[in-house]
Amino acid sequence: MKLGFLVDLSLCMGCKGCEVSCKVENEVPIGMWRLRVKYVDVGTFPEAKRTFTPLRCNHCESAPCERICPVSALHYLENGIVNVDKERCIGCAGCVMACPYGAIYIDPETNSADKCTYCAHRVAGGMMPACVVACPVEANIFGDLDDPTSNISKYIMEHQGDVKVRKPEKNTHPKHFYVGGGEVNLNPLASERIEGYNLFNKITHLKHIGGH
Amino acid sequence: MVEHAHAATQAVVTLDVALPGIVWGWMITLNMWAKSIGTGVILVGVYLLKKYGDRVASVKTSMPVVSFIFLNIFLLFTLLDLHHPFRMLNIFLHPHWTSAITVGAWLATILTGIIFVMAAGRLLHKLDDEPFNRLMWAAFIFAIPVTLYTATILGEAAARELWQTPTELFQMAMAAFIGGSATYLILGVGDQNVKRDLGIVLAVSASLSLIVYLGEYYFGAMKAEEVAATIAFVKEGGAYHTMFWVGQTLGYILPIVLVIFGLRTKSSSLLALASVLALAGLWIAKHVWLVIPQLMNLS
Repeated sequence: MKLGFLVDLSLCMGCKGCEVSCKVENEVPIGMWRLRVKYVDVGTFPEAKRTFTPLRCNHCESAPCERICPVSALHYLENGIVNVDKERCIGCAGCVMACPYGAIYIDPETNSADKCTYCAHRVAGGMMPACVVACPVEANIFGDLDDPTSNISKYIMEHQGDVKVRKPEKNTHPKHFYVGGGEVNLNPLASERIEGYNLFNKITHLKHIGGH
Repeated sequence: MVEHAHAATQAVVTLDVALPGIVWGWMITLNMWAKSIGTGVILVGVYLLKKYGDRVASVKTSMPVVSFIFLNIFLLFTLLDLHHPFRMLNIFLHPHWTSAITVGAWLATILTGIIFVMAAGRLLHKLDDEPFNRLMWAAFIFAIPVTLYTATILGEAAARELWQTPTELFQMAMAAFIGGSATYLILGVGDQNVKRDLGIVLAVSASLSLIVYLGEYYFGAMKAEEVAATIAFVKEGGAYHTMFWVGQTLGYILPIVLVIFGLRTKSSSLLALASVLALAGLWIAKHVWLVIPQLMNLS
Protein backbone atom coordinates (compact mmCIF):
# COMPACT_ATOMS: atom_id res chain seq x y z
CA MET A 1 0.00 0.00 0.00
CA LYS A 2 1.21 3.46 -0.89
CA LEU A 3 -1.18 6.21 0.16
CA GLY A 4 -1.29 9.37 -1.90
CA PHE A 5 -3.21 12.59 -2.29
CA LEU A 6 -4.51 14.48 -5.28
CA VAL A 7 -6.13 17.91 -5.42
CA ASP A 8 -8.15 18.93 -8.44
CA LEU A 9 -7.48 22.65 -8.51
CA SER A 10 -10.19 23.24 -11.09
CA LEU A 11 -12.72 22.17 -8.43
CA CYS A 12 -11.23 23.93 -5.40
CA MET A 13 -13.14 27.12 -4.59
CA GLY A 14 -10.98 28.31 -1.72
CA CYS A 15 -13.57 27.84 1.02
CA LYS A 16 -10.88 26.77 3.49
CA GLY A 17 -13.11 24.03 4.87
CA CYS A 18 -10.17 21.63 4.64
CA GLU A 19 -7.92 24.09 6.48
CA VAL A 20 -10.40 24.54 9.33
CA SER A 21 -11.20 20.84 9.63
CA CYS A 22 -7.48 20.05 9.81
CA LYS A 23 -6.99 22.64 12.54
CA VAL A 24 -9.84 21.16 14.57
CA GLU A 25 -8.97 17.51 13.98
CA ASN A 26 -5.28 17.87 14.82
CA GLU A 27 -5.46 20.73 17.35
CA VAL A 28 -3.04 22.83 15.34
CA PRO A 29 -2.03 25.90 17.36
CA ILE A 30 -2.89 29.45 16.27
CA GLY A 31 -0.37 30.81 13.80
CA MET A 32 0.66 27.35 12.62
CA TRP A 33 -0.71 25.14 9.87
CA ARG A 34 -0.58 21.58 8.64
CA LEU A 35 -2.71 22.49 5.66
CA ARG A 36 -3.40 25.90 4.24
CA VAL A 37 -5.17 27.28 1.19
CA LYS A 38 -3.21 29.99 -0.55
CA TYR A 39 -4.91 32.64 -2.68
CA VAL A 40 -3.00 34.08 -5.60
CA ASP A 41 -4.54 36.75 -7.83
CA VAL A 42 -3.51 36.76 -11.47
CA GLY A 43 -3.97 39.61 -13.93
CA THR A 44 -5.39 43.10 -13.52
CA PHE A 45 -8.93 44.39 -13.05
CA PRO A 46 -11.29 43.71 -14.81
CA GLU A 47 -9.51 40.64 -16.16
CA ALA A 48 -8.29 39.37 -12.79
CA LYS A 49 -8.56 35.76 -11.69
CA ARG A 50 -8.12 34.23 -8.24
CA THR A 51 -6.44 30.85 -7.82
CA PHE A 52 -6.70 28.61 -4.77
CA THR A 53 -4.06 26.08 -3.80
CA PRO A 54 -4.31 23.74 -0.80
CA LEU A 55 -0.77 23.12 0.47
CA ARG A 56 0.20 20.32 2.81
CA CYS A 57 2.98 17.77 3.38
CA ASN A 58 3.82 15.84 0.20
CA HIS A 59 4.68 12.58 2.01
CA CYS A 60 7.65 12.20 -0.28
CA GLU A 61 8.97 8.79 -1.19
CA SER A 62 12.47 10.17 -0.69
CA ALA A 63 11.70 12.54 2.16
CA PRO A 64 14.49 14.98 3.08
CA CYS A 65 12.90 15.47 6.50
CA GLU A 66 13.12 11.75 7.27
CA ARG A 67 16.72 11.64 6.07
CA ILE A 68 17.92 14.59 8.17
CA CYS A 69 16.04 13.70 11.38
CA PRO A 70 18.75 12.59 13.83
CA VAL A 71 16.46 10.42 15.95
CA SER A 72 13.93 9.01 13.43
CA ALA A 73 11.15 11.13 14.90
CA LEU A 74 10.13 11.57 11.28
CA HIS A 75 9.64 8.10 9.90
CA TYR A 76 7.80 6.18 7.21
CA LEU A 77 4.75 4.11 8.02
CA GLU A 78 4.16 0.94 6.03
CA ASN A 79 1.38 2.67 4.09
CA GLY A 80 3.82 5.33 2.86
CA ILE A 81 2.77 8.10 5.23
CA VAL A 82 5.64 10.17 6.67
CA ASN A 83 4.70 10.36 10.32
CA VAL A 84 6.06 12.34 13.31
CA ASP A 85 6.85 10.95 16.74
CA LYS A 86 6.44 14.05 18.90
CA GLU A 87 7.75 12.28 21.98
CA ARG A 88 11.07 11.42 20.35
CA CYS A 89 11.64 14.72 18.53
CA ILE A 90 14.53 16.75 19.98
CA GLY A 91 13.44 19.99 18.33
CA CYS A 92 16.57 20.56 16.24
CA ALA A 93 14.45 21.90 13.34
CA GLY A 94 16.56 20.02 10.82
CA CYS A 95 13.35 18.84 9.19
CA VAL A 96 12.11 22.43 8.94
CA MET A 97 15.31 23.27 7.07
CA ALA A 98 15.04 20.18 4.88
CA CYS A 99 11.44 20.30 3.69
CA PRO A 100 11.40 22.01 0.29
CA TYR A 101 7.68 22.63 0.67
CA GLY A 102 7.78 24.50 3.96
CA ALA A 103 5.32 21.99 5.37
CA ILE A 104 6.88 21.43 8.80
CA TYR A 105 6.70 23.72 11.81
CA ILE A 106 7.85 23.59 15.41
CA ASP A 107 4.71 23.38 17.53
CA PRO A 108 4.95 26.21 20.11
CA GLU A 109 2.98 24.15 22.62
CA THR A 110 4.83 20.83 22.43
CA ASN A 111 8.16 22.23 21.14
CA SER A 112 8.26 19.31 18.71
CA ALA A 113 8.14 19.19 14.93
CA ASP A 114 4.70 18.80 13.46
CA LYS A 115 3.12 18.56 10.01
CA CYS A 116 0.33 16.95 8.04
CA THR A 117 0.27 13.20 8.60
CA TYR A 118 -2.57 12.51 6.16
CA CYS A 119 -4.52 12.10 9.43
CA ALA A 120 -2.65 8.83 10.06
CA HIS A 121 -4.71 8.22 13.20
CA ARG A 122 -7.95 8.39 11.19
CA VAL A 123 -6.57 6.33 8.33
CA ALA A 124 -5.50 3.64 10.80
CA GLY A 125 -9.13 3.43 11.88
CA GLY A 126 -10.38 3.11 8.31
CA MET A 127 -11.51 6.73 7.98
CA MET A 128 -10.59 9.39 5.45
CA PRO A 129 -8.42 12.39 6.42
CA ALA A 130 -10.44 15.25 7.90
CA CYS A 131 -9.78 17.57 4.96
CA VAL A 132 -11.13 15.02 2.48
CA VAL A 133 -14.34 14.66 4.46
CA ALA A 134 -14.76 18.43 4.80
CA CYS A 135 -14.30 19.34 1.12
CA PRO A 136 -17.72 20.30 -0.29
CA VAL A 137 -16.69 19.76 -3.92
CA GLU A 138 -14.57 16.61 -3.52
CA ALA A 139 -11.47 18.38 -4.76
CA ASN A 140 -9.36 16.28 -2.39
CA ILE A 141 -8.87 12.69 -3.51
CA PHE A 142 -7.09 10.29 -1.21
CA GLY A 143 -6.26 6.65 -1.67
CA ASP A 144 -3.86 3.83 -2.49
CA LEU A 145 -1.55 4.59 -5.38
CA ASP A 146 -0.59 0.92 -5.59
CA ASP A 147 -4.21 -0.08 -6.26
CA PRO A 148 -5.16 0.60 -9.91
CA THR A 149 -8.85 0.49 -8.98
CA SER A 150 -8.64 3.20 -6.33
CA ASN A 151 -10.16 6.61 -7.03
CA ILE A 152 -6.83 8.35 -6.96
CA SER A 153 -5.23 5.90 -9.41
CA LYS A 154 -8.18 6.24 -11.77
CA TYR A 155 -8.06 10.04 -11.51
CA ILE A 156 -4.37 10.07 -12.33
CA MET A 157 -4.95 7.78 -15.32
CA GLU A 158 -7.84 9.94 -16.59
CA HIS A 159 -5.82 13.16 -16.31
CA GLN A 160 -2.54 11.98 -17.82
CA GLY A 161 -0.51 15.00 -18.92
CA ASP A 162 -2.17 17.30 -16.42
CA VAL A 163 -0.91 15.68 -13.23
CA LYS A 164 1.77 17.73 -11.52
CA VAL A 165 3.80 17.71 -8.33
CA ARG A 166 5.51 20.59 -6.55
CA LYS A 167 9.23 21.07 -7.19
CA PRO A 168 9.91 17.83 -9.08
CA GLU A 169 13.52 18.96 -9.51
CA LYS A 170 14.12 18.28 -5.81
CA ASN A 171 13.91 14.51 -6.46
CA THR A 172 11.78 13.95 -3.39
CA HIS A 173 9.17 11.98 -5.38
CA PRO A 174 6.10 13.51 -3.73
CA LYS A 175 2.99 11.37 -3.31
CA HIS A 176 0.82 14.46 -3.43
CA PHE A 177 -0.44 15.42 -6.88
CA TYR A 178 -2.26 18.34 -8.40
CA VAL A 179 -4.54 18.44 -11.43
CA GLY A 180 -5.58 21.62 -13.19
CA GLY A 181 -2.92 23.83 -11.72
CA GLY A 182 -0.24 25.97 -13.25
CA GLU A 183 3.03 27.60 -12.32
CA VAL A 184 1.26 30.16 -10.17
CA ASN A 185 -0.32 27.43 -8.04
CA LEU A 186 2.74 25.28 -7.48
CA ASN A 187 5.78 27.56 -7.67
CA PRO A 188 6.05 30.07 -4.80
CA LEU A 189 8.50 32.15 -6.83
CA ALA A 190 5.98 32.62 -9.64
CA SER A 191 3.92 35.05 -7.59
CA GLU A 192 4.84 38.22 -5.77
CA ARG A 193 4.36 38.37 -2.05
CA ILE A 194 3.89 41.98 -1.05
CA GLU A 195 4.82 42.68 2.55
CA GLY A 196 1.77 43.56 4.61
CA TYR A 197 -0.61 43.03 1.72
CA ASN A 198 -3.24 40.52 2.67
CA LEU A 199 -7.01 40.34 2.45
CA PHE A 200 -7.79 40.01 6.12
CA ASN A 201 -4.67 40.78 8.12
CA LYS A 202 -1.24 42.31 7.98
CA ILE A 203 0.68 39.56 9.74
CA THR A 204 3.13 38.35 7.15
CA HIS A 205 5.94 37.02 9.30
CA LEU A 206 6.12 35.19 12.60
CA LYS A 207 9.02 36.61 14.57
CA HIS A 208 8.73 34.04 17.29
CA ILE A 209 8.98 30.35 16.52
CA GLY A 210 8.75 27.55 19.05
CA GLY A 211 10.31 27.70 22.47
CA HIS A 212 13.02 30.35 22.03
CA MET B 1 -3.35 49.74 -5.48
CA VAL B 2 -1.96 46.36 -6.34
CA GLU B 3 -4.29 45.69 -9.27
CA HIS B 4 -2.78 48.64 -11.11
CA ALA B 5 0.77 47.87 -10.10
CA HIS B 6 1.22 44.59 -11.92
CA ALA B 7 1.05 43.50 -15.52
CA ALA B 8 -1.49 40.85 -16.48
CA THR B 9 1.15 38.15 -16.56
CA GLN B 10 2.13 38.75 -12.95
CA ALA B 11 0.61 37.15 -9.91
CA VAL B 12 0.17 38.44 -6.37
CA VAL B 13 -0.42 36.49 -3.18
CA THR B 14 -3.58 37.96 -1.68
CA LEU B 15 -4.31 35.58 1.17
CA ASP B 16 -1.91 33.30 2.95
CA VAL B 17 -0.65 32.37 6.37
CA ALA B 18 2.22 34.22 8.00
CA LEU B 19 5.63 32.97 7.02
CA PRO B 20 7.93 31.55 9.69
CA GLY B 21 10.77 33.73 10.90
CA ILE B 22 14.40 32.67 11.26
CA VAL B 23 14.48 29.15 12.69
CA TRP B 24 18.25 28.61 12.73
CA GLY B 25 19.59 31.88 14.07
CA TRP B 26 22.59 33.25 15.95
CA MET B 27 23.01 30.15 18.12
CA ILE B 28 23.68 28.01 15.07
CA THR B 29 26.06 30.67 13.75
CA LEU B 30 27.88 30.59 17.08
CA ASN B 31 27.90 26.80 16.93
CA MET B 32 29.66 26.83 13.53
CA TRP B 33 31.99 29.67 14.50
CA ALA B 34 33.11 28.05 17.76
CA LYS B 35 33.55 24.69 16.02
CA SER B 36 35.82 26.33 13.44
CA ILE B 37 38.10 27.51 16.26
CA GLY B 38 37.80 24.30 18.28
CA THR B 39 38.86 22.10 15.36
CA GLY B 40 41.08 24.68 13.68
CA VAL B 41 43.48 24.91 16.60
CA ILE B 42 43.94 21.14 16.33
CA LEU B 43 44.55 21.10 12.56
CA VAL B 44 46.88 24.10 12.60
CA GLY B 45 48.41 23.06 15.94
CA VAL B 46 49.46 19.65 14.61
CA TYR B 47 51.11 21.36 11.65
CA LEU B 48 53.03 23.68 13.97
CA LEU B 49 54.15 20.86 16.27
CA LYS B 50 55.31 18.68 13.34
CA LYS B 51 57.22 21.51 11.69
CA TYR B 52 58.61 23.43 14.65
CA GLY B 53 58.67 20.88 17.49
CA ASP B 54 59.97 22.33 20.74
CA ARG B 55 60.03 25.87 19.32
CA VAL B 56 56.24 25.84 19.80
CA ALA B 57 56.13 23.71 22.95
CA SER B 58 53.37 25.90 24.40
CA VAL B 59 51.04 24.57 21.69
CA LYS B 60 51.00 21.21 23.45
CA THR B 61 48.99 22.86 26.21
CA SER B 62 47.21 25.69 24.39
CA MET B 63 45.93 23.41 21.62
CA PRO B 64 43.86 21.02 23.79
CA VAL B 65 42.82 23.71 26.27
CA VAL B 66 41.58 26.21 23.67
CA SER B 67 40.04 23.43 21.62
CA PHE B 68 38.23 22.04 24.69
CA ILE B 69 36.81 25.49 25.53
CA PHE B 70 35.54 26.17 22.02
CA LEU B 71 34.27 22.65 21.40
CA ASN B 72 32.23 23.03 24.56
CA ILE B 73 30.87 26.41 23.42
CA PHE B 74 29.91 24.69 20.17
CA LEU B 75 28.22 21.81 22.01
CA LEU B 76 26.54 24.09 24.55
CA PHE B 77 24.88 26.24 21.88
CA THR B 78 23.97 23.19 19.85
CA LEU B 79 22.14 21.98 22.93
CA LEU B 80 20.58 25.36 23.76
CA ASP B 81 19.22 25.68 20.23
CA LEU B 82 17.25 22.46 20.61
CA HIS B 83 13.61 22.90 21.57
CA HIS B 84 14.01 19.76 23.71
CA PRO B 85 17.61 19.98 25.02
CA PHE B 86 17.23 17.04 27.41
CA ARG B 87 16.11 14.81 24.58
CA MET B 88 19.58 15.18 23.02
CA LEU B 89 20.12 11.79 24.60
CA ASN B 90 17.89 10.33 21.86
CA ILE B 91 20.72 10.90 19.39
CA PHE B 92 22.68 8.26 21.31
CA LEU B 93 19.73 6.04 22.21
CA HIS B 94 17.94 6.17 18.85
CA PRO B 95 20.57 7.23 16.31
CA HIS B 96 19.42 7.67 12.73
CA TRP B 97 22.56 7.22 10.68
CA THR B 98 21.35 8.83 7.46
CA SER B 99 21.40 12.12 9.34
CA ALA B 100 24.58 14.18 9.32
CA ILE B 101 23.37 15.64 12.62
CA THR B 102 23.66 12.20 14.22
CA VAL B 103 27.03 11.36 12.69
CA GLY B 104 28.36 14.79 13.64
CA ALA B 105 27.10 14.57 17.20
CA TRP B 106 28.82 11.22 17.74
CA LEU B 107 32.08 12.36 16.17
CA ALA B 108 32.08 15.66 18.08
CA THR B 109 31.46 13.83 21.35
CA ILE B 110 34.37 11.46 20.74
CA LEU B 111 36.65 14.35 19.72
CA THR B 112 35.69 16.35 22.82
CA GLY B 113 36.49 13.30 24.96
CA ILE B 114 39.94 12.94 23.40
CA ILE B 115 40.61 16.65 23.77
CA PHE B 116 39.47 16.56 27.40
CA VAL B 117 42.00 13.83 28.19
CA MET B 118 44.73 15.80 26.42
CA ALA B 119 43.88 19.08 28.16
CA ALA B 120 43.54 17.51 31.59
CA GLY B 121 46.72 15.49 31.11
CA ARG B 122 48.74 18.54 30.09
CA LEU B 123 47.37 20.79 32.84
CA LEU B 124 48.01 18.14 35.51
CA HIS B 125 51.42 17.29 34.04
CA LYS B 126 50.41 13.64 33.70
CA LEU B 127 50.69 13.21 29.96
CA ASP B 128 54.05 12.25 28.52
CA ASP B 129 55.06 12.92 24.95
CA GLU B 130 54.32 9.44 23.64
CA PRO B 131 50.67 9.20 24.78
CA PHE B 132 50.23 12.88 23.91
CA ASN B 133 51.33 12.23 20.33
CA ARG B 134 49.00 9.25 20.01
CA LEU B 135 46.07 11.29 21.29
CA MET B 136 47.09 14.24 19.12
CA TRP B 137 46.90 12.15 15.96
CA ALA B 138 43.55 10.70 17.04
CA ALA B 139 42.28 14.24 17.64
CA PHE B 140 43.64 15.33 14.26
CA ILE B 141 41.84 12.48 12.46
CA PHE B 142 38.53 13.22 14.24
CA ALA B 143 38.90 16.99 13.82
CA ILE B 144 38.65 16.66 10.03
CA PRO B 145 35.13 15.18 9.85
CA VAL B 146 34.00 17.29 12.81
CA THR B 147 35.12 20.37 10.90
CA LEU B 148 33.33 19.27 7.75
CA TYR B 149 30.13 17.53 8.85
CA THR B 150 28.07 20.71 9.16
CA ALA B 151 28.44 21.13 5.40
CA THR B 152 26.62 17.82 5.00
CA ILE B 153 23.84 19.00 7.32
CA LEU B 154 23.48 22.11 5.20
CA GLY B 155 23.41 19.89 2.12
CA GLU B 156 20.74 17.68 3.66
CA ALA B 157 18.70 20.81 4.27
CA ALA B 158 17.23 20.27 0.82
CA ALA B 159 14.92 23.27 1.05
CA ARG B 160 17.80 25.74 1.03
CA GLU B 161 19.31 25.66 -2.43
CA LEU B 162 22.06 28.13 -1.53
CA TRP B 163 23.73 25.64 0.80
CA GLN B 164 25.57 23.27 -1.50
CA THR B 165 27.66 20.62 0.26
CA PRO B 166 30.76 20.93 -1.98
CA THR B 167 31.12 24.68 -1.46
CA GLU B 168 30.17 24.42 2.21
CA LEU B 169 32.77 21.66 2.76
CA PHE B 170 35.37 24.04 1.39
CA GLN B 171 34.09 26.98 3.46
CA MET B 172 34.09 24.86 6.65
CA ALA B 173 37.69 23.80 6.01
CA MET B 174 38.79 27.38 5.32
CA ALA B 175 36.92 28.60 8.41
CA ALA B 176 38.84 26.07 10.52
CA PHE B 177 42.19 27.22 9.10
CA ILE B 178 41.20 30.86 9.71
CA GLY B 179 40.02 30.01 13.24
CA GLY B 180 43.14 28.01 14.09
CA SER B 181 45.73 30.38 12.65
CA ALA B 182 44.00 33.49 14.04
CA THR B 183 43.81 31.98 17.53
CA TYR B 184 47.53 31.16 17.61
CA LEU B 185 48.40 34.63 16.30
CA ILE B 186 46.28 36.23 19.03
CA LEU B 187 47.97 33.98 21.62
CA GLY B 188 51.35 35.09 20.24
CA VAL B 189 52.64 31.58 19.71
CA GLY B 190 56.20 31.09 18.42
CA ASP B 191 58.85 33.27 16.79
CA GLN B 192 58.76 35.30 13.56
CA ASN B 193 58.95 32.19 11.34
CA VAL B 194 55.99 30.61 13.10
CA LYS B 195 54.00 33.85 12.86
CA ARG B 196 54.88 34.11 9.17
CA ASP B 197 53.48 30.61 8.60
CA LEU B 198 50.34 31.40 10.58
CA GLY B 199 49.89 34.68 8.72
CA ILE B 200 50.19 32.89 5.38
CA VAL B 201 47.65 30.25 6.44
CA LEU B 202 45.28 33.01 7.57
CA ALA B 203 45.63 35.12 4.43
CA VAL B 204 45.42 32.21 1.97
CA SER B 205 42.38 30.71 3.73
CA ALA B 206 40.69 34.11 3.85
CA SER B 207 41.45 34.69 0.16
CA LEU B 208 40.03 31.34 -0.92
CA SER B 209 36.97 31.76 1.27
CA LEU B 210 36.38 35.24 -0.16
CA ILE B 211 36.66 33.93 -3.73
CA VAL B 212 34.03 31.26 -3.09
CA TYR B 213 31.64 33.68 -1.37
CA LEU B 214 31.97 36.26 -4.13
CA GLY B 215 31.67 33.54 -6.76
CA GLU B 216 28.36 32.52 -5.23
CA TYR B 217 27.34 36.17 -4.84
CA TYR B 218 27.97 37.09 -8.47
CA PHE B 219 27.40 33.80 -10.30
CA GLY B 220 25.34 31.60 -7.96
CA ALA B 221 22.07 32.86 -9.41
CA MET B 222 22.84 31.62 -12.90
CA LYS B 223 21.58 28.07 -12.55
CA ALA B 224 18.86 28.03 -9.94
CA GLU B 225 15.94 30.40 -9.42
CA GLU B 226 15.86 29.66 -5.70
CA VAL B 227 19.51 30.67 -5.37
CA ALA B 228 18.74 33.82 -7.34
CA ALA B 229 15.85 34.60 -4.98
CA THR B 230 18.09 33.96 -1.97
CA ILE B 231 21.05 35.97 -3.24
CA ALA B 232 18.62 38.87 -3.75
CA PHE B 233 18.67 39.32 0.03
CA VAL B 234 22.36 40.28 -0.11
CA LYS B 235 22.42 41.98 -3.50
CA GLU B 236 21.91 45.74 -3.81
CA GLY B 237 18.94 46.75 -1.70
CA GLY B 238 18.64 43.37 0.00
CA ALA B 239 17.88 43.09 3.68
CA TYR B 240 21.33 41.68 4.48
CA HIS B 241 23.35 43.65 1.91
CA THR B 242 25.28 45.75 4.43
CA MET B 243 25.86 42.87 6.82
CA PHE B 244 27.16 40.69 3.99
CA TRP B 245 29.76 43.24 2.95
CA VAL B 246 30.72 44.02 6.54
CA GLY B 247 31.39 40.30 6.98
CA GLN B 248 33.41 40.01 3.78
CA THR B 249 35.43 43.14 4.60
CA LEU B 250 36.11 42.38 8.26
CA GLY B 251 36.54 38.67 7.84
CA TYR B 252 38.52 38.43 4.64
CA ILE B 253 39.52 41.62 2.82
CA LEU B 254 41.01 43.56 5.77
CA PRO B 255 42.81 40.52 7.28
CA ILE B 256 44.43 39.76 3.90
CA VAL B 257 45.69 43.36 3.63
CA LEU B 258 46.82 43.46 7.27
CA VAL B 259 48.65 40.14 7.00
CA ILE B 260 50.54 41.39 3.91
CA PHE B 261 51.62 44.54 5.78
CA GLY B 262 52.21 42.59 8.97
CA LEU B 263 54.56 40.15 7.24
CA ARG B 264 56.39 42.93 5.43
CA THR B 265 56.95 44.96 8.60
CA LYS B 266 57.27 41.87 10.83
CA SER B 267 54.58 43.39 13.06
CA SER B 268 53.01 40.94 15.48
CA SER B 269 50.36 43.48 16.45
CA LEU B 270 49.18 43.87 12.86
CA LEU B 271 48.91 40.09 12.59
CA ALA B 272 46.99 39.96 15.85
CA LEU B 273 44.65 42.71 14.63
CA ALA B 274 44.11 40.82 11.38
CA SER B 275 43.25 37.76 13.45
CA VAL B 276 40.70 39.54 15.64
CA LEU B 277 39.02 41.05 12.57
CA ALA B 278 39.05 37.69 10.81
CA LEU B 279 37.30 35.97 13.72
CA ALA B 280 34.70 38.75 14.01
CA GLY B 281 34.09 38.83 10.27
CA LEU B 282 33.90 35.04 10.07
CA TRP B 283 30.96 35.09 12.47
CA ILE B 284 29.16 37.80 10.47
CA ALA B 285 29.79 36.14 7.09
CA LYS B 286 28.58 32.78 8.36
CA HIS B 287 25.52 34.35 9.96
CA VAL B 288 24.42 36.06 6.76
CA TRP B 289 24.86 32.84 4.78
CA LEU B 290 22.88 30.92 7.38
CA VAL B 291 19.99 33.36 7.56
CA ILE B 292 19.27 34.46 3.99
CA PRO B 293 17.90 31.15 2.67
CA GLN B 294 15.44 31.13 5.57
CA LEU B 295 13.89 34.41 4.42
CA MET B 296 12.52 32.87 1.24
CA ASN B 297 8.99 31.54 1.01
CA LEU B 298 9.04 27.83 0.16
CA SER B 299 5.40 27.23 -0.72
